Amino acid sequence: MNRRDSLKAIGLGTITTGLLLGGCKPGDKTTTETADTKAGAVPGRQPYEVERENKLKADKYFDEHEMATITVLADIIIPKDAHSGSASDAKVPEFIEFIVKDIPSHKLPMRGGLKWLDMQCLNRYGNTFIKCNNTQKTEILDQIAYPYKAKAEMQQGVAFFNRMRDLTASGFWSSEMGTKDIGYAGNAPNKWTGVPADVLKQYGMENVKI
Amino acid sequence: MEDLQIKKSTTAYDVVIVGSGAGGGMAGYVLANAGIKVLMLEAGAYFDPKTDSHQLKWAWESARRGAGTTRPFGDFDAAYGGWELEGEPYTQKDGTEFAWFRARMLGGRTNHWGRISLRMGPEDFKPKDGLTDPWPITYADVKPYYDKVDRLIGIYGTVENIESEPDGIFLPPPKPRLNELFIKQGASKAGVKVITGRGSVLTEALPNNKDRGACFFCGQCGRACKVYGDFSASSCLVIPAIKTGNLKVITNAMVREVITDKNGLATGVSYVNKDDMQEYQVNAKTVILGASAGESARILLNSKSAAHPGGLANSSGVVGKYLHDSTGSGAGGFLPQLMDRKRYNEDGVGSVHIYSPWWLDNKKLNFPRGYHIEYGGGMHMPSYGFGGGIQDMNGAVPGRDGKKKDGGGYGVGLKDDYRRFYGTQVGMAGRGTAIARADNYCEIDPNGVVDKYGIPVLRFNYKWTNDEINQAKHMQETFQEILHNMGAIYGTMQGPETNYGLEAPGKIIHEVGTIRMGDDPKKSALNKWCQAHDCKNLFVVDAAPFVQQGDKNATWTILALSMRTAEYILQERKKLNV
Repeated sequence: MNRRDSLKAIGLGTITTGLLLGGCKPGDKTTTETADTKAGAVPGRQPYEVERENKLKADKYFDEHEMATITVLADIIIPKDAHSGSASDAKVPEFIEFIVKDIPSHKLPMRGGLKWLDMQCLNRYGNTFIKCNNTQKTEILDQIAYPYKAKAEMQQGVAFFNRMRDLTASGFWSSEMGTKDIGYAGNAPNKWTGVPADVLKQYGMENVKI
Repeated sequence: MEDLQIKKSTTAYDVVIVGSGAGGGMAGYVLANAGIKVLMLEAGAYFDPKTDSHQLKWAWESARRGAGTTRPFGDFDAAYGGWELEGEPYTQKDGTEFAWFRARMLGGRTNHWGRISLRMGPEDFKPKDGLTDPWPITYADVKPYYDKVDRLIGIYGTVENIESEPDGIFLPPPKPRLNELFIKQGASKAGVKVITGRGSVLTEALPNNKDRGACFFCGQCGRACKVYGDFSASSCLVIPAIKTGNLKVITNAMVREVITDKNGLATGVSYVNKDDMQEYQVNAKTVILGASAGESARILLNSKSAAHPGGLANSSGVVGKYLHDSTGSGAGGFLPQLMDRKRYNEDGVGSVHIYSPWWLDNKKLNFPRGYHIEYGGGMHMPSYGFGGGIQDMNGAVPGRDGKKKDGGGYGVGLKDDYRRFYGTQVGMAGRGTAIARADNYCEIDPNGVVDKYGIPVLRFNYKWTNDEINQAKHMQETFQEILHNMGAIYGTMQGPETNYGLEAPGKIIHEVGTIRMGDDPKKSALNKWCQAHDCKNLFVVDAAPFVQQGDKNATWTILALSMRTAEYILQERKKLNV
């Protein structure tokens, strides 16, 4: 079976000069794979995976205040700009709520880190983090967002913020919005013919052969 | 379950095969196509990549964005299983950290493997350093089967005329990606040879095969291919064998033991049906084990009888011994010169595009044998973990304004940094020869531990020695040099505190050697046809018969040996010997 026939076989039409016609592109499909409650009903999924995922989705870990704090922090880490929306536009807080249940080693450091942040703010400014003004928020975050210059007594905050930043990045860039923004051009049937000529030239790699 | 009873099948098959991966799949394919009535028992579920693969799904179609929570290689990876299976434990002796990966599904681990398809060389079969026992067969014995496997399944690569890295019958290879050209430059400066990778992916349509589609370069072989554009035992061997009408597969059949008669010959196997938890027995004239090096050894050791008091095929006592997995150690970094790079689709194939075969002379080194290097990097689909550890990257290079800033941060500047670093990463991993040793072994747990089916479990005893640790140190030093030569920014080298990044045995998932072949029945369990010395109608076709693995990944050799054994069985049947 040649490439054209193999793509037809999975309902993907054909390809011309490396461009996909009729295939999936970011934006074509917005559905999230929903786990069926009937065990074994999802192709390529084991019944236990389906059951586990349904249970995680039904459970709730963070309370309202925690979720509100996560949302504010996520949008400070990845705000809206000229290219794309903010972390919360890409539903990063919802992703974080799911992933800490999925990977329980995130649970305690996230809960404790949020509490640590609120206690710091309460002591300094008399308010929880989300009730602080922007100047206060910036002041406290600047002490935990730069690990290489943070003071020793702020290490708990540094560890929390590193984790929060990583989870925000995971959630944002793997979303449809983030994937489009970063410019990932793959996940589409094509014929790989090597590095484009202009790129080879840009890096002086025209004569490097394997 | 008060009515527990053993359900005995009245059907007598010509052959029963335990396992449906590379070994079992190939044996089933050859025998079914020759008209033999074959029953195949698979411990896991039915799996057809055409319907069950997660190919071409986006990260956001997974609630965990592709994280490896329930599947070690990510949520879209094809493997049903992992290093830990609920209800199927194994135990460790004396602080051993052996990790045993099992994929419970039709096709086994071939559904998700890296498709890196390497032949072992003449010295891998007959080592000249005297350190390990020679195989009872030579490269010349296996070469015709490697050739047939190449033609039957398809492999890309380039003819290189390297004696230790025999060439095959190759489809055109994929072109290198940009990062790989940088790697080539850096490695060459370090004296490390880089050649085109060798992978079982159909970069062009496979001649004379109407069932398999050509690769369309999504780079997702690990998810299994819906058009059968790469090698999985499910799509390329078992499903075609079912279509002959001569192969029947029973899935969710967890084999307990091989049944033997009073003369010690195999008469069939018993298994637990995982769906009804009942016990079944099936009869066959010939029994073939292809359940994996660990699982086949476990079945033999659990098959005790008056004729085989130490377990079946184990009068030598070697079953379970000489267990060895490839060594593995890795390193990575990023290339600042690739920041802000142009975007285009460089997914390529899901196996390696480039590869370094072992290039040095051991006489000048403090470890025996060698390792190869696999490389990666580039603009992948963002998924869980993307952008992780940015605080260690964005402070290491000047920003758009030419000024360095503090690593970490937040806001529009940070958001821009993620874009700037996209596709700059490179990684490399060594895979090397671990020496087969009698004192690295698996055995039936002596403390009576059983799995949820009541089957006694394996206990592992495995220690790395200085041979492997020194090899890992050499890998790390080589990686540092290559990364340095490329102008990469990278972390400090893994040191003695981690055994130089040497992975725990089992982590590379190349475990072999537990039912080794040999000419001497006192020192081996199988003869040169992978036929048990003690039981002539019993064969083993997975990686268990390996005497000593080279630094080459095991699958292509499993396929060649299984095909060779299946053809031998056909000949012996004609002579009425089995």
